[in-house]
Order: sequence, then structure tokens, then C-alpha cells
Amino acid sequence: MKYVDAEQVKKRMNGRIIKNTIFKSSFLIATLFGLVVLTILIYRVFADGISWINWDFISGKLSTDANRAGIMGAILGTFWVMAVVAPVTMIIGIGTAIYLELYAKKGRLQAFIQTNIANLAGVPSIVYGILGLTIFVRAMDFGNIVLAGGFTLSLLVLPIVIVAAQEAIRSVPSHLSEASYGMGATKWQTIKNIILPAALPGILTGAILALSRAIGETAPLTVIGIPALLIPFPGGIWDKFTALPMQIYYWTLDSSLVEEYANLAAATIVVLLLLLFLLNSAAIIIRNKFQHRF
Amino acid sequence: MSLSVAKEKTNFKMDTSVVRPTAMHENRKIVFDTKDLNLWYGSTHALKDINLSVYEKEVTAIIGPSGCGKSTYLKTLNRMVELVPSVHTSGIITYNGREILSKNFKVEELRTSVGMVFQKPNPFPKSIYDNIAYGPRIHGIRNKKILDEIVEKSLRGAFIWDEVKDRLKENAYGLSGGQQQRLCIARTLAIEPDVILMDEPTSALDPKSTHKIEDLIQELKQDYSIIIVTHNMQQAARISDRTAFFLNGEVVEYDKTDTIFTNPSDRRTEDYISGRFG
Repeated sequence: MKYVDAEQVKKRMNGRIIKNTIFKSSFLIATLFGLVVLTILIYRVFADGISWINWDFISGKLSTDANRAGIMGAILGTFWVMAVVAPVTMIIGIGTAIYLELYAKKGRLQAFIQTNIANLAGVPSIVYGILGLTIFVRAMDFGNIVLAGGFTLSLLVLPIVIVAAQEAIRSVPSHLSEASYGMGATKWQTIKNIILPAALPGILTGAILALSRAIGETAPLTVIGIPALLIPFPGGIWDKFTALPMQIYYWTLDSSLVEEYANLAAATIVVLLLLLFLLNSAAIIIRNKFQHRF
Repeated sequence: MSLSVAKEKTNFKMDTSVVRPTAMHENRKIVFDTKDLNLWYGSTHALKDINLSVYEKEVTAIIGPSGCGKSTYLKTLNRMVELVPSVHTSGIITYNGREILSKNFKVEELRTSVGMVFQKPNPFPKSIYDNIAYGPRIHGIRNKKILDEIVEKSLRGAFIWDEVKDRLKENAYGLSGGQQQRLCIARTLAIEPDVILMDEPTSALDPKSTHKIEDLIQELKQDYSIIIVTHNMQQAARISDRTAFFLNGEVVEYDKTDTIFTNPSDRRTEDYISGRFG
């Protein structure tokens, strides 16, 4: 007698297939839900904002007059802040990841630091704003300039960069570093010549994703006191600035006063989304192009 | 049983502490001399009272079942075993008379004289040329002409030059598994070591590539001392001059390969070789 009885299998077959279909459909609905909501959101933003986007809007100075307002100041502000965030997070983040993954002795201290980095990644961004306000704006007396904003956002995204870099370093197969050590290479020579080149795509992907997170952050910038209406363009890291999400925030806030501000906010969102889209595409291209198959 | 183990241990110690080579090996120099080596991974006792002398310009094979400590022993000889954080050792290993387990002996220096070929071919994701030039470069050689010479010499030494000379700039991953392993041997030759450790170098290769590597080992023996860990007893019999049989972290028997395979003095060696276990 066979345990797997053909008749029984046949009898249960329909029920099994129906179950499979039910689950498949519910997962599809879950996927569609998010997609649909996102599409509606993007559609509404584009519908409100797209007609306001033209060269004058992009290259113009900020103004209280909705018809003359431009966002070049905010674009430059965002650019300068990123010019601070990118090198600061890359250097400190990769350095930390290298230390934790390759130099630090595995033990309690290392585990403690590791846990805290993971926790820091989950701290609400407004808390980083308060930290930035206390340290950079007040204690170090920078004021609300690009450098202070950049450092604050760097702190915010640093845990993301560290964790991504650690994962990238960990995914470099150990047989490669062993080959290097086996020839008498020091740890640093192995890191520089073998591990970092192999981990670089992963590290860069993580860094770009962290950067796009920083670009969209509003809360910490509000806390460090970024002004609502700033006419002059920032020319460097020592200047006062505003950034794209700040502009969106203030225009949305004041849209009850001036109706057109809502359209300006929508148009700025479109610009910000395009910027993020470009950055994320860059991350994907880097990941695909340099992905090593070991 | 325990008595016989103890007896063998003493026998074995005599074998190494008093250098008593057979007639054929009278003028052979000892490269590695291991005395009372013990090694622990955390609390696991992986190597127990190892005593073993490796002779210059010979092929020394280490055989034994999985988990017997043969790879661990091999990796102790160039201290690669230290990459495992929980390892600690006791006992002495001398390399050409110098104590290698002491902190004074820089691992980088040791590994420059004692090269290693791994189980799985592990070329770097770089060009063939850069793979070979990697070792010389980390040791400070920048001169393009010298590097060119080393690359050619090493690739010739590993009998792969004719197959790759026209594509030195191509990625090493484009080579077949057997070619990759010979490339890795060439890469080891490029640091001009005295000893080459091989950790089951043919276990990931097809029979034809295995045959080529075995031929190569016979050639390399002229200039290098080779210690090879192998799962394949026929391989040990074919290519080695001496064979050590490891079991449960101990050296059961170490002798000339002919003796081990035709007239082993320990019952367990005989059992393993005749395929009764392992």
C-alpha cells in the first residue's frame, strides 16, 4: 500500500489550488495598495505643481509674491548641505565600518557599539535636530549656516552609512582576503587593495541612499532654525541657507494665507522627487555595473 | 588502547627530537620542526601534542579523515590559523631554526617565505597580470620591468604561461577552475617563498586539472619544500615523499610515503589507508 494515495491527492488538489490562489491574490492586493496610494499622491502633486515649473521658477530668487518666487536658493542650499554630508558621512562611516568589521576585537565592547549604532538608526530625526542645535549651532556657535545643517544631517544618516558599509565589507568573500594575508600582506594592504575595491559598490549604494534620505529631511533643519524666507543665495558652507524640504514645509504652512503657495510647494516637491529619483537611479546603476560575482 | 597511544607518542617524539632520517634523507635539512604543538579553538582541543619534522625540498603529505586537524596544522605553519579569533596554542614550531609562534616573528615576514595555495581557487577579481604582481607589489616592488619579469617567471613556473601569455590583461575569472588554481600557484611563486603550503589544492578540480597540478608539484619540488593536505590517498601516494596520518588531532604515524602505504606500523593507519574508515 502506498502512503501517498493517488485518489486522496486528487481529492485534495482543488482545495490546495484554491488556497494558493487566495494567498496570491491577497499578496497582490497588498502590493497594489501601496502602489495605488503612491500613484495618487504623485499624480496630485504633479497636477498641482507641474504648470508652475519653468526656468524662472527653478532659477529665480525667493519672493513673497507667488508669481515671482523661485527656488534656486533652496536648490543651492540643498547642494551645499550635501557637499558637507557626503564627505563627512563617507569618511566617518567607512572608517567606522572598517574598524568594527576588520580591526575591532569581537567582544562585548564591539557588540555594545554595534547595538548602539543600530539603535541610533532608529532615533527620530527631530532628536538629531536638537543635538545639532545644541552642539553645532549653539556650543560651537556656527549659527544656522550650511555647515551646522550639514553636520546635523550627517549625524542623522551616519548609522545608515555605517551599517551599509559593514554589510558590504562583510560580503567580500573571506577567501580573497585570506589569499592576500597568505602572501604576507598587512591588514591595511589587504583592506586597501582587496576588501575596499570589492566592497565599494555596496558602500557607494548605501551612501547614496543615505544621501537621498538626508536631502528629504525637514525636521532637524526646522529645529536648528532654518529661516522661512531667505532671499540671498548661499555661496558656500559658511552661509545661511534654506533647503528644498524646508521650502516645501513653509509654503505648505502658509498656503492658508496665499493660495498659490500650495502650488509652489507641489512644484518644489516635483523638483525634489526628480532629484531623489536621479540619486536612486545612480545607486542602482552603480550596484549593477560594479557588482562582483565571486 | 591508551597504552598503545602513549607508546606511539613517545616513539614519535624520538623520531623528531633526535633527527634520525633514513639513509636517503641523510643530507636533508629540516625546514619546519614542530615540538609538542597543542592548539585550541576556544575550548575545543584541535591539535594534540603534534611532533613533526618537515624536510627541505620534499613533498610532505598530510592525510586523515575530515576534522582530524590536518588543515588546522597546515594553517598553523603560516599562522593563518590566527585569523580565527578564539585560537590559542602551546608548543614550539621552528622554521629554519626560528621560533614562528613567538610575537617577535612578524606574520607578514613568515608568510612571505611560506606561501599558501588554498582549497578553492581564489584569484583576485583583477587581471591575470595584477594577480601575479600583487605579492611583489605589496612587498614594495614598483619597477614595471622587474614586475614583468616576475609575472612571466611565475607563470612559467606554474606551467600556465603558454595558456595566458596573450591575455595577461584579462580578468582572471575568465580562466577555467584548473587554470585558476595554477594561477594561484603562480601567484604564490611570485613572492619567491621557500615553502609552499597546499590545502587540498585539487579537491575542487576535475581529474585532468588535478593531474596537471600533481605534475606541477613534482616539478616545484626541485626548488621548494611542499606540504600538502589531501583527502585523496592515491594522490598522497603518487606525489609525496613523506606522509603524516592525522586522526582526532593527533599524528598517528609519520614516515616515508612508501612505508606508510605498504607497511604502516599502526593499525589505524592501515585501516584508514585500506578504506575501512574515513
